[in-house]
Amino acid sequence: MIIAKQKPIEEIISEITPYKRILILGCNECVTVCEAGGKKEVEVLASALRLHYMTKGQGKTFGEATLERQCDREYLEEIRGDMDDYDAVVSLACGVGVQFAAETYTATPLLPGVDTVCLGANEARGVWAERCQACGSCVLARTGGICPVARCAKRVMNGPCGGSANGKCELGPDTDCAWQLIIDRLNSLNRLGDYDVVAPVKDWSSDRAGGPRTVTREDVSI
Amino acid sequence: MPDTFQPRIVGFCCKYCAYAAADLAGSMRLSYPASIKIIQVPCTGRVDVIHVLRALEEGVDGVMIAGCLEGECHFLEGNLKARKRITQVKALLKRIGMDPDRVEMFNLSSAMGPRFAEISQEMARRIQDLGPSPIPGEKPKGRAA
Amino acid sequence: MSDIKTNSRLEKILRSGALAVTSECGPPRGSDAGAILEKGQLIKDHVDAVNVTDNQTAMTRMCSLAACVHLKLAGIEPVLQMVTRDRNRVALQSDILGAASFDIPNMLCLSGDHQSFGDCAQGQNVHDLDSMQLVQTACHMRDEQKFLGGDAIHRPPELFVGAAANPFADPFEIRVPRLAKKIACGAGFIQTQCIYNIDKFKEWMRRAVDAGLTEKAFILAGMTPMKSVGMAKYMKSKVPGMDVPDSIIKRLSGVDKSKQAQEGINICVEHIQELKEVPGVAGFHVMAIEWEEKVPEIVEEAGLYPRPAV
Repeated sequence: MIIAKQKPIEEIISEITPYKRILILGCNECVTVCEAGGKKEVEVLASALRLHYMTKGQGKTFGEATLERQCDREYLEEIRGDMDDYDAVVSLACGVGVQFAAETYTATPLLPGVDTVCLGANEARGVWAERCQACGSCVLARTGGICPVARCAKRVMNGPCGGSANGKCELGPDTDCAWQLIIDRLNSLNRLGDYDVVAPVKDWSSDRAGGPRTVTREDVSI
Repeated sequence: MPDTFQPRIVGFCCKYCAYAAADLAGSMRLSYPASIKIIQVPCTGRVDVIHVLRALEEGVDGVMIAGCLEGECHFLEGNLKARKRITQVKALLKRIGMDPDRVEMFNLSSAMGPRFAEISQEMARRIQDLGPSPIPGEKPKGRAA
Repeated sequence: MSDIKTNSRLEKILRSGALAVTSECGPPRGSDAGAILEKGQLIKDHVDAVNVTDNQTAMTRMCSLAACVHLKLAGIEPVLQMVTRDRNRVALQSDILGAASFDIPNMLCLSGDHQSFGDCAQGQNVHDLDSMQLVQTACHMRDEQKFLGGDAIHRPPELFVGAAANPFADPFEIRVPRLAKKIACGAGFIQTQCIYNIDKFKEWMRRAVDAGLTEKAFILAGMTPMKSVGMAKYMKSKVPGMDVPDSIIKRLSGVDKSKQAQEGINICVEHIQELKEVPGVAGFHVMAIEWEEKVPEIVEEAGLYPRPAV
């Protein structure tokens, strides 16, 4: 899923300064699972903002809504009727949702309420960690199912680098060395021989380097 | 105004400890401030951030959350979760410009009637010192002068 | 051993069978070339080539290539260090050609310390290629006389291409296979991480010899004298991938503070003498960090002076 984290409320307060009627818009997908932008977070943010402006005696109003998905025009349509009631929307969806909402409601300012962090998974209660960088050409078959692009700080395709120590990255003890994980995994699969193959220079044109990426499929288009 | 200020405090009380302690305090004829409105919860673990914020939005002057002694939660660690959430609420209040002292978490057992009276008085005194909530909120009917 | 011949003095000495000696100079944090020339002059008669670091520890410095040019013009043979952290394949190939235009004869391919350790912790890193792929790229440009994109290179670079190896990083079991990969990519020489754990290094060397790797590339053992017991402790606990045995710390703490630097040099010289006898060791890379003036003394006492003329 897409991992996001809530922006500091001070930043949101500063962004909404010019507006009076604000909709806090949540999303039921990834940001709900990573507890950054679901219904619950919408309630808390709206309530906290109300308290803030009531304390200061400033009359701003905050509406609340949470859509099934913000990365889907069909669901975004559900709030079309309410949009006239708002001067701005703070979207708690990932960057994709914020942009899709902005594309749908061109006359209303769309402000991000979260920072989109990475593609990852829930490692433990309260811990979400990156697993994929969407490089566009997956190498996991050759690396024991552990991604050197997402999990090595230097994206080393033939690792580990000289900074690997005791299974940890040179960045520090909080980061596992991806190549230690790869080698352990190849070992347990009895495939350490795979390590001897030099990974060739990678084609990054399917990564960010190639510009915005699009997948087009004739067979499923209408 | 300050002379006539009657703090309104919501107390989320766990039924296994604080709620029973409040009962006991009553039986023992111990007085505690009438301004505390007790809401019984099955466990303080049931109290979420939004419940506290909503109460403040309604205009209450303080919120106390009273759960079991640490290590004695009927649901094992509901009170520990509550403490984390209350810590989060206090941090949030600070950032939005409200005094975090308006919210406090306490731990006690069902046998601690006198302790319940004590924390209630402590909370009432603290809110009295802080003064009325800056939130306009609806004042209780029949009490407004 | 492949018979690629370049104009590198380092390569010629290694091929002659003599033990080679290299050292290292860090370019200045400013544009005064005098600093690098001064360091170079201190050591030039005692070493065969001088590595010029590329923004080491991710601290912004004068570029390695320019510093190499200054040394070259002063008659000192440089080893151009290039890290993959800061440049993509366009810039790396371009800099290789730039180096070749000045006939800089050696280059060492590295991934580089992570930028978070340096003065631009908020910067992006590149890592378009990794260090092994950079070795491949340089060798491809030299041997195939082509760019990575396939076009022919007019006056291709004649570079003696090397790589680094850390015999002490984890996991130990793949340290020799990893060396084998670098050599398979075309590395003609290898400079190792600073060696303090002699037994572990010997074990690594034994495995490298057994794998036939010393037939294909020259291995230069990395040596760094300890200035003090404080430095030894710092290297042990703070520098990733560094293996400093307690015996070294004990020996340094055993002497008076004023004599620790000399003791550090003694240890270094003893280690060189011991490693000279180890099969497969083709030379020494003496890195006296901000202590270049001690290199001549170490080289002389280790019996590696005078340097052969080629």
